[in-house]
This record gives sequence, structure tokens and C-alpha cells, in this order.
Amino acid sequence: MFLSALREHARIYFVNPHKNVPREGQKSEYHAFQPSTSSPQGYGRQDLTFENQNYKGHGLSKGKEREGEWDFYWCDLSWLRENSDHTYMDEHVRISHFRNHYELTRKNYMVKNLKRFRKQLEREAGKLEAAKCDFFPKTFELPSEYHLFVEEFRKNPGITWIMKPVARSQGKGIFLFRRLKDIMDWRKDTRNSDDQKDDITVENYVAQRYIENPYLIGGRKFDLRVYVLVMSYIPLRAWLYRDGFARFSNTRFTLNSIDDQYVHLTNVAVQKTSPDYHPKKGSKWMLQRFRQYLASKHGPQAVETLFRDMDNIFIKSLQSVQKVIISDKHCFELYGYDILIDQDLKPWLLEVNASPSLTASSQEDYELKTCLLEDTLHVVDMEARLTGREKRVGGFDLMWNDGPVSREDGPPDLSGMGNFVTNTHLGCVNDRKKQLRQLFCSLQVQKKASS
Amino acid sequence: MLQEESDLSLIIAQIVQKLKGSNLYSQLERQAWASLQRPEIKLESLKEDIKEFFKISGWEKKLQNAVYSELSVFPLPSHPAAPPEHLKEPLVYMRKAQGSWEKRILKSLNSMCTELSIPLARKRPVGEQKELLNKWNEMGTDEPDLSLFRPVYAPKDFLEVLINLRNPNYENGDSLSFRTHLGLIQIPLKVKDIPELKECFVELGLNTGQLGIDDSTQVPPELFENEHVRIGQKVLAEQDSAAAQQYIRQGSPTALRAELWALILNISSEPEDVLYYEQLKTNVIQHDLLVDSLIYKDVKLTASNDDYYFVFEDYLYQVLLCFSRDTSVLSHFAYNSASPPKSYIRGKLGLEEYAVFYPPNGVIPFHGFSMYVAPLCFLYHEPSKLYQIFREMYVRFFFRLHSISSHPSGIVSLCLLFETLLQTYLPQLFYHLREIGAQPLRISFKWMVRAFSGYLATDQLLLLWDRILGYNSLEILAVLAAAVFAFRAVNLMEVTSLAAAEAVLADLSTLKVMPLLQIFLFATVT
Repeated sequence: MFLSALREHARIYFVNPHKNVPREGQKSEYHAFQPSTSSPQGYGRQDLTFENQNYKGHGLSKGKEREGEWDFYWCDLSWLRENSDHTYMDEHVRISHFRNHYELTRKNYMVKNLKRFRKQLEREAGKLEAAKCDFFPKTFELPSEYHLFVEEFRKNPGITWIMKPVARSQGKGIFLFRRLKDIMDWRKDTRNSDDQKDDITVENYVAQRYIENPYLIGGRKFDLRVYVLVMSYIPLRAWLYRDGFARFSNTRFTLNSIDDQYVHLTNVAVQKTSPDYHPKKGSKWMLQRFRQYLASKHGPQAVETLFRDMDNIFIKSLQSVQKVIISDKHCFELYGYDILIDQDLKPWLLEVNASPSLTASSQEDYELKTCLLEDTLHVVDMEARLTGREKRVGGFDLMWNDGPVSREDGPPDLSGMGNFVTNTHLGCVNDRKKQLRQLFCSLQVQKKASS
Repeated sequence: MLQEESDLSLIIAQIVQKLKGSNLYSQLERQAWASLQRPEIKLESLKEDIKEFFKISGWEKKLQNAVYSELSVFPLPSHPAAPPEHLKEPLVYMRKAQGSWEKRILKSLNSMCTELSIPLARKRPVGEQKELLNKWNEMGTDEPDLSLFRPVYAPKDFLEVLINLRNPNYENGDSLSFRTHLGLIQIPLKVKDIPELKECFVELGLNTGQLGIDDSTQVPPELFENEHVRIGQKVLAEQDSAAAQQYIRQGSPTALRAELWALILNISSEPEDVLYYEQLKTNVIQHDLLVDSLIYKDVKLTASNDDYYFVFEDYLYQVLLCFSRDTSVLSHFAYNSASPPKSYIRGKLGLEEYAVFYPPNGVIPFHGFSMYVAPLCFLYHEPSKLYQIFREMYVRFFFRLHSISSHPSGIVSLCLLFETLLQTYLPQLFYHLREIGAQPLRISFKWMVRAFSGYLATDQLLLLWDRILGYNSLEILAVLAAAVFAFRAVNLMEVTSLAAAEAVLADLSTLKVMPLLQIFLFATVT
């Protein structure tokens, strides 16, 4: 049978998205931290191959990238840009990005798509429904929407704005400002430096209203990283991972020092360069802890509402690019959503990452990411073990299947009456090992029964 | 009968005496005077009417809670002629041991002081005061040079003292018999065995619903959880301390925990309490104490490095620095076997008129002290309330974990209880560990001294502390320690060194506390 042969001979190639495409013969590496008893600090770097860590159960082996002889490619975005158009892929082959994922992950495109989707919703379903899309702060693309931005700026004097480059990550190039004068200076600077270069690459920026009342824990600002796996856009099938984390800024939040980017930017990459940074701390809380903390402070109802609102963000954002993304059955994508909570417990979408960082900053983090990847592979299901009707695979819960998915079994009650509870469990108990064992056992039984 | 009656009247007199000086007394007085205006109060039946009024308006409940609180905290005198030292600690040899331990600590503190030539206390210059006031909410950003400071002592130093504790009136005899205690503690104190513990902790039994077991995902909430939450809300509405204490034995729902603990500890945030805290804060700003550096060092070493508690670093400073200046804590030394260390104004050594307690609250922090506060930050966010809760928890429970006494909840009894449980019910494991030089107490001591803070996952720790409050006793710590050993017995039987045994028991963060306790107490064949 082809599929069993596949299991024996399937080849994979894995590349750390933040490295260059490796040359022939170069091992693919997955950097992670592992506790070592010898090191006095308790942590030592150990390079593990993705293969060792995750593929034992899948019977897959390494393939060669150059010759195109692969069945599964966890690819680098640069490779995707160069090669995806002219590479032929067999039916069973899977690749970890959609060709034009930037419609969702580049800040200016995402904003554009969301705005368009909102207008459409308003036309079709009314203002109330459209208001559900109000989870991103007012954003303007620069330089194209500069004049609209200035108009909005003048309407709200004194508020803080944040300037973000559209295509960079890890907090690079971001700054805050309150006066138009600040960005006018910056514009002059960039224009001058551009003129000096031969090839002018005008970088696009977005100016976004800065959320001045973030929810603080211990006086510190934080944002949430949540993982969403999209298996297809048409029809839209999306899974939500139960685990995730809250990333804390190392310093106390204050609006007085908008120059201190360490205060405001919670990316670990930026925090790592802060003079206060102690690598042992990790500055991260698992979502379970965050959920418990909120529940003990605000009660379970408020927490439920917050997490429902977050579900809404994920779904609406995916729906807004559904028709734009080039649908390809080979493609799937694991997104890292960055969410900020404000003091009224309203979640805001900061951005969506197509290649969320997979380097681990602590043992807990390492376990989260390896389990995340393992479950991603289970859902992608190269070995075709799943029936396609599963609502949960390991730590992933099926959030949207061309329509909302209910926690209860049976057809969803969409009439608006009755208790529809979405099938998401963000920040809840993740007993994935047990669930996987039960799942694969029952699948085996079903297979035996049908053959 | 007569003896009981006279005991009772003595107790009543004592409690009345204590409450007379409290805020509640003046409030009740004021309320009584104000109630005279009310139409239902008649001159003929003044006493009954006022009593009735108190009952209806909830003041009687408050009084009840205060009395209950006093009963829980203050030990009852055993004999009217007993001297005050007996209230602290009835056994002479224990008192002596505690005294010499204190001398050692003080000596260590003084020598550190002279070595570094830092005064024990000094007044801050105005500039420094202003700076500290500005930085009050983010003291964690301060990075003072603490490299020369060492913690005054660590739990393992204290353990050595306990190991060497001996009752001079007790002769063990050289011959080994089945009665020989194989553990490190060689004191003949009475500790409970499992049948007695089962009676004591009856609400943890298999047939009673528990939070921590019966609220897991597989169990439908209608079976236990919903009803339990409803009862909890009712208890809170009634504002009854005793009922809350009974209720919390089955665990507290997350959303109600903060209020329930405050009710059990009889903490109500009156404006006077907030003012008191602000006063302490002013003391911190004005004077710098040597112990402050010890506190800083401890927080940096322990809580700041913890994956979960690092966020609360600033709260810890705000609580602990104020705590060390709070002289009201001195009152707990009436029933604590420890005594506050005395220091003398420069040049007036030995003259009692110039003696002050140092630190002002009489408690010298040791390595890991800040971990008593860290879990509370999860529940309370307002500094003065957090402070009050911590202070009450300390003077009711935590002080027993680092002073030498014969109290059943004292650390000596807990150690003995732990070792006895292990020796009686897991003899093979105990013997094996002893043979390889890994006395179990050496591993579990640090868990008990810290009340498991920093070792268990926070939600599990809070469930454990629920039961400490519910049963008004720390014995559950020793039972949990034994249960953990029982749980990992199979792996422990295979180790061949102390280091390997430590490694097996290094990570407790995945343990579920309530199932462990329940199995150990109620589901193990004895």
C-alpha cells in the first residue's frame, strides 16, 4: 500500500526558520535549552535535531532539500518566496506555509484585509456584528495613508502612537511617539539615508494607536502568545492549541518613558538585550497560570468572557483573509498570535506571526514547543491515521470547521438559543499524552474493524 | 465540673481582657451608644434589646469571629499558676535549646554587622528617603551590592540543631529494639499515627467531596463542585469565621479563596489598618535596617528566580520591609518559644533601659523566608490587605516552622511525625534510604520549613494551605511529605546515594496534593 510505504520511506526536511537555507550536507538543527546537572546555572545549550526529538514515532527520515525529494517541508520563508511557484508537489506532500501568508502576517496587509472584512460584515450583518471586528487598534499604513493618519492624530491630541515596520520581527525598528514632530524627524532621516543608497528599498511602516492602559501583573506589562494551526482556508479549518504563554516586560510599566523600549515591548528578543534581563527568569508564564491568576482575581465568568473574545479574534482574523489566501491543499500553517489585554479585560490583536519562534528559553518553554510541534505533525497526519472527524488531537482543539465547532457532540445549535460553547480550551488542562493514546488506540480498533 | 467551670471563666476573662484593647471593642461601644436612638430599644429591657440589635445588624457575628480567632490563636493556660514561660514552651530543655540557637543567630548577625561595619539601623538622609518613596512600587529594579551579605542561616543549619536536640531525662538505651526510632530526631514527643490522623482529618476521606480531586475535568460539576461553590458563597454572605473554617477543609473555589482566607483569619480592611500600614511604610522610608539587606538578598535569591513568583518581586519588598518594623508582631512571642533578640544603643551594652528589640518585630529572616509571602501575592493585590494576611498567617502558623518547641504543629513534632509515619508504614523504604546515607528528613525538611512554597505548583499549594487554615494545624505538611515519599517509593528503592534520592524528589511541581493525601491516609493498607 502506498501509505505504508510512505511511512517507511517518507522523508522530511526541517529548517529553523530563523536561519539561512542550509547547504547540502548541513544538518538541520533545532536549538533548545536542556537542563544539565553539571552546569552550575542548571541550563546548558544542547543542539538537538528535530528528527531525534519528534520523529521517533512517525517513522520518518531525513530527505534532501536540493533534489526536491521530500514529502514534508518545514520551510523557510525565503525559500518559499523563491521556489514555491515552480515546484511541483505530489498530492500527499505537505508544506508548512501558504504562498501568500503575508496577507495575514504583514501588519499593513492584515489591517487592510480586516478593514475590508469589517465593511463587508457591516453591509451584510449590521453594525453589531461588524463591531466584533474592533479588536485591532486604529492603524494607518505609512507612507501611503499619511494624510489620513495626520487627520486622526490631530483629532486625538496627546495620545501615544506606536510605529512598527511591517515586515520585521522580534521587536526590531519599533518606537513610540506622541508628537508629529518626532516622526517628521524620522521621515527625514530615513529619506536621507535612502537617498544615499543605490537601491532604494522604502520600508513600509504602520502607525498604530498605542494601548495606554494595558493589564498589568506585578506592575508589569505582558502580552500573550497563542498558537493557531490552519489546515486549509477553503473550507476554513483551524485548530487552537491549549498551551501558550504570557511574556512579561522586565521593567515596571509607566507612560513616562516612552523612549525606554524595554518597558513597552514584551518580545523576549528585545527583553533579552535589556540590562535587567536575567536569563534564568525567562519572564514567561504559562497560560494555565495566567488563567488561574485572572480567575482568582476576577472570577471565572469574566475569564470565560475574555477567552471567548479571544476566540472571536482568531476566527474573524482568519475569515478576513479567507478569500485572499491562495488555497492549496498541500499547505498548512502554524501561526503565533500576539494578543494584548487591557485593563477592561478586552483583548487586542497586535500581530500574527507566520514563523513563531521555536527557540526555547527554559525547560518549560522547551516542553511546550516540542509538544506543540509534535501535535502539529499529528494534525497534519502524513500517515493518514485520522478519520478527519476528530475534534481534538493532543493539545489542539478544532476551533473552526467551515463553521463554529461546539464542545458538545452532535450538530451545533446555531439558532442563538441554547448553550453554544465553542470547542476551545485555551489555558486549560492539557492532558495531551493521555488523549493521544486513547485517540490512536480507538483509531486502530476502528481500522481493524473496517478491514 | 467545678474545675471545668473555673477554667472556662478564666478563658472568658482572658479573652475579654484581650478584646478590650481592640478596635472591635470601641466600635461595639460606639454602636451600642448609637443604638439608643433607635425606637426598638426600650429602657426596661435595655440589655436584651441591645443584644438583639447586635444580632440583627451583624455585629454579634463580628464579635463571634473575634472570639473564635482568639481561641484559635491563643493557647489556653494549662494551670492557673503556670509561669508565662510555660505558655511559650512547657519543656525546659526545649526552651534552653531555643535560647542557645537564638544566641547563635544573633552572634552571626552581629559578626556580619562588624565585618561589614554597617550599623544595625540608621536614619536615612532626606535625599535617600525621597528616592525610596519614588521607587516604592518598583524596588525590584534596585540592584544594591549584596555580594557581601549572607543569609543569617539556612534551613539545613536549623536541621542540624534539631538533630542534636536531646531530652536529658530520657534514656534511649544502647540496644536496638523495635521501638528504636531510626530517624534523625531523637526526642520523645507524642505524634499521631494514621488511625488518629484519619480521625483528625476526617473531611479528607474517600467519601467526602474535595476540591483538588472532585473538581477535575472528568468529574461532572453537578456531582460536587457546583454545590460546594454555592455553599461557599453562602458562608461568605453569613460572614461566619467558624463556618468558613469548617467549609474550607474541603478546599476553596478559586474565586472565593481570597475572601474566605480573610474571613478565617478575621482580617477586615478598616481604614485604621490601611493607616497602620502607611505608618509602617513611613518607618521604612525613614530608617534603613541591616535586615533590609538580608530581605533584599533573600528575595533576589529565591522568589525572583522562581518561574512563577518573579512577577511579584515588588510586592514582596513592600510586605517584608514593613513586616520587619511592625512591633505588633512582638505580641506573638507570648506563645512562641522564641524570644525577640535584644540590641543595645551604642555604648550602653547591658543597660536594660537602652535595650531595643532588633529587628523591631523580633523576627530575623532566614534563607527562603520570602517564600512565605509569595503565594499570597496570587490572592491579594492591595498592599495593606496582603500585608495583614501575611502577618496573621505568620503569627498563627509560620512562626512554628522555625522555632524549637514541643507544640504539635511545631517543626520538631512535624519532623518526628514525618519520620514516624515513614518508619511505621514504609519500613522497607526508610531502612533502605537510611542504609545508603539518605535520611529522608534531610530531603523533606526544606519542604516543611517552607510549607511547600516554591516546591509545589501554585494551585496545589493553595489547596494545601486551605487545609492548614481549615484544620488550624501544620501537621498536614508532615503527612504530605510522607505521602510524597510513598508515591515515589518505587524509584527511591532503586537509588544508591543521597544525591540520587534528592534527584528523584527534586521536582514536585507535577504532584497533585489532595489525591496523594487521600491515598496515604485512607487508601493504603496498613
